[in-house]
Amino acid sequence: MTVHGNRTARANTTARRGMHLAAHFPGVNNTTVWADPRSGSQIEFASFEHLARTAERGLFDFFFLAEGLRLREHKGRIHDLDVVGRPESLTVLNALAAVTEHLGLAATVNATFNEPYELARRFATLDHLSGGRAAWNVVTSSDAFTGENFRRGGFLDRSERYTRAAEFVATARELWDSWTPDGTPRPFAHHGRHFDIAGEFTVPRSPQGHPVVIQAGDSDEGREFAASSADVIFTRHGTLEAGRAFYADVKRRLAKHGRSPDDLKIMPGVTVVLGDTPAEARERAEEIRWQQVSPQTALLTLEQVWGVDLSAYDPDGPLPDIDPVADPQLSQGRTRHGDSVAVAEKWRALAQERGLSIRQTVIEASARQSFVGTAEEVAAELEAFVAEDAADGFILVPHLTPGGLDEFVDRVVPLLQERGAFRTAYEGATLRSHLGLADPVWKG
Amino acid sequence: MTSSHGRGRLHLAAALDRPSAYDAGSYVDAARLAERAALDFVTLGDGFARPGPDALAVLARVAPATYRVGLVPTVTVTHTEPFHVQAAVATLDWVGRGRAGWRIEVSTTEGEARLFGRRHAAPADALWQEAGEVADVAARLWDSWEDDAEIRDVATGRFVDRDKLHYVDFTGPHFSVKGPSIVPRPPQGHPVRVVDATEGPARAVAARYADVALVRTAHPAEAAAARAELRAAAAAHGRDPDDLRVLAALEVDLADGEYAADPGHGGGGPRPTPRGPLYRGGPVDLAELIAAWHREGAVDGFHLTPAEPRRDLERLVNGTVPLLQHRGLFRTFYPGSTLRDHLGLTRPANQYAVAGGTS
Repeated sequence: MTVHGNRTARANTTARRGMHLAAHFPGVNNTTVWADPRSGSQIEFASFEHLARTAERGLFDFFFLAEGLRLREHKGRIHDLDVVGRPESLTVLNALAAVTEHLGLAATVNATFNEPYELARRFATLDHLSGGRAAWNVVTSSDAFTGENFRRGGFLDRSERYTRAAEFVATARELWDSWTPDGTPRPFAHHGRHFDIAGEFTVPRSPQGHPVVIQAGDSDEGREFAASSADVIFTRHGTLEAGRAFYADVKRRLAKHGRSPDDLKIMPGVTVVLGDTPAEARERAEEIRWQQVSPQTALLTLEQVWGVDLSAYDPDGPLPDIDPVADPQLSQGRTRHGDSVAVAEKWRALAQERGLSIRQTVIEASARQSFVGTAEEVAAELEAFVAEDAADGFILVPHLTPGGLDEFVDRVVPLLQERGAFRTAYEGATLRSHLGLADPVWKG
Repeated sequence: MTSSHGRGRLHLAAALDRPSAYDAGSYVDAARLAERAALDFVTLGDGFARPGPDALAVLARVAPATYRVGLVPTVTVTHTEPFHVQAAVATLDWVGRGRAGWRIEVSTTEGEARLFGRRHAAPADALWQEAGEVADVAARLWDSWEDDAEIRDVATGRFVDRDKLHYVDFTGPHFSVKGPSIVPRPPQGHPVRVVDATEGPARAVAARYADVALVRTAHPAEAAAARAELRAAAAAHGRDPDDLRVLAALEVDLADGEYAADPGHGGGGPRPTPRGPLYRGGPVDLAELIAAWHREGAVDGFHLTPAEPRRDLERLVNGTVPLLQHRGLFRTFYPGSTLRDHLGLTRPANQYAVAGGTS
């Protein structure tokens, strides 16, 4: 096992852990603001190139692409209020490998609607073509809605999702290990519960040995799967307290899998709003929330909680008096959180107490910016999250394509560097080296 | 433009295949070389049965390093998901700004089937029938977004006009796909579909769905017959036969001119080998052969596979192509920007928009 120079150096000093940063290409939900005049194409390669080059200029660890396999629906029709349509991730990342040199390239790819042989080959190819920069964010799905686009259909029992994903990752690693390090192909055979395959892999062991594996689920099974198999975990815990609890829980799980706390990096997805003064930053954050929650989006968000058609309501008027009904079919293709009756009660109480309209309530109650302040404040806060064991780094989710990362890279990164909290140069060539992950041991 | 006697514009393509190359460098160099000669497109083969990287990934890596040359990876359809395949090809068209093609292939062996463990090997007839369905559903999915579906209408809060997004509702014997695609309609509308139409089952699919058909033969008369058959079959499917380009596929060994005197190559003609038709001779004689077959109207152009990847592509680009250009038979620069432009193919109408725009 290789121990990287920078890890050794760190162990010899009392210095803080280096922070890791990643850039998420703006996604297909209302976090991404498309109505802003600065908002560019979400599909043209130039947008991906701009964001990736910006992330590399900021010495980020990696660039991250989400995945979509079915367009979302609401009330039986294709959802039309948010950015929609995106290119296929691995193909975009291979193209980005041509215009970047160090940046890690992470693709989200579903383990339910793919087969290990083909996918292991595609990630090994990306790792070769990028000189060791590939990462795979493993996600699972069990919904028949998405399955309607695929040969296998969609029917995986929820409890089977992670057992299939875990076996998928293990199988992929067997394939990545199937060539000897000196380049001799050897036959493989995997006979498992979900996969029964044999033959010869067509790609030699790639520069990273194994591409980096990212996991993004938050359930108990998801955490366990990450602790056993992942190199990075992409979380949604944005507050310091929630972050610390999550961090402690996941790191604690590593030992029983024979892994050390440094073997799994915890990176929450966060948003950042900057201003020259604290007040200006707060004002900008507020403006962005109003852009993210259009009147139409406010009603739709409410319908997702209430489970009924609310199109007759005025988004600038009060919340409905009627009670919510549970209708999981109303919105398709989204991750749902929480119990809708409880959410509705909470929102009503909030609206009543503060005299808020529907749109104001949604703005107030739904997701908010994680870090708002001057560049100095944000740099200090990010550093504190890492110092206090709430995160090993962050996946930044900009609200604008393609310029949404410019300001952070220009203003916050230099301050993080001044504070000694972030690298001032790429020290290695591979994503594993950026993340301080050991090279995997070849299992022949 | 092409014509029924085949003396339209000459089209040339070259294969980039090379053994044991997994890093980007040699592919990028070769594609740039082909682009310097203004070739219509380059191809890269793929299959699960022999060593090699994912071809579509390699050409995606090549795309930002080139400007005009068409990029045509082989993507097999037997053990893969049609939805993923069409999305990857559409994305290659986006990252290549309208230069993507797709060579459709099937996986016939039990060895390939064992790599997936989902089904057994099947006869070529059945697999090509399924490949035709994949080609069909891919075009439907590319059309499932009308070109002007994205509206960004601030007044109504709508990003897309969902009346311009379409379910494809494809149900076939082997798979079904609901749609719409996740990828907006690619720049070319439909990336160029290429099929090796040498064998019967594939030829039927080529006649119906291909934009470019390849025919491996050492004899111009056979090539001409295949071209006539493909055009007639395309017409029978209601297609304009001029929307199909037929290229002769040859392996070329452009080693020293001494081979030109080899018996059987005296006239510069290729000869059949177990690997397929092989031309062996000098770059000048190859230019003669290309000019002759094209003049006779046997084919619309050639797809050439260098026997020695680096050497023979260089000789093709530095020897054969300049001669054809000098004689006014081949372009000296790219007047258009998309692969369809190079091939003289129009951007296809959207099948759903034509049907009246209902979803």
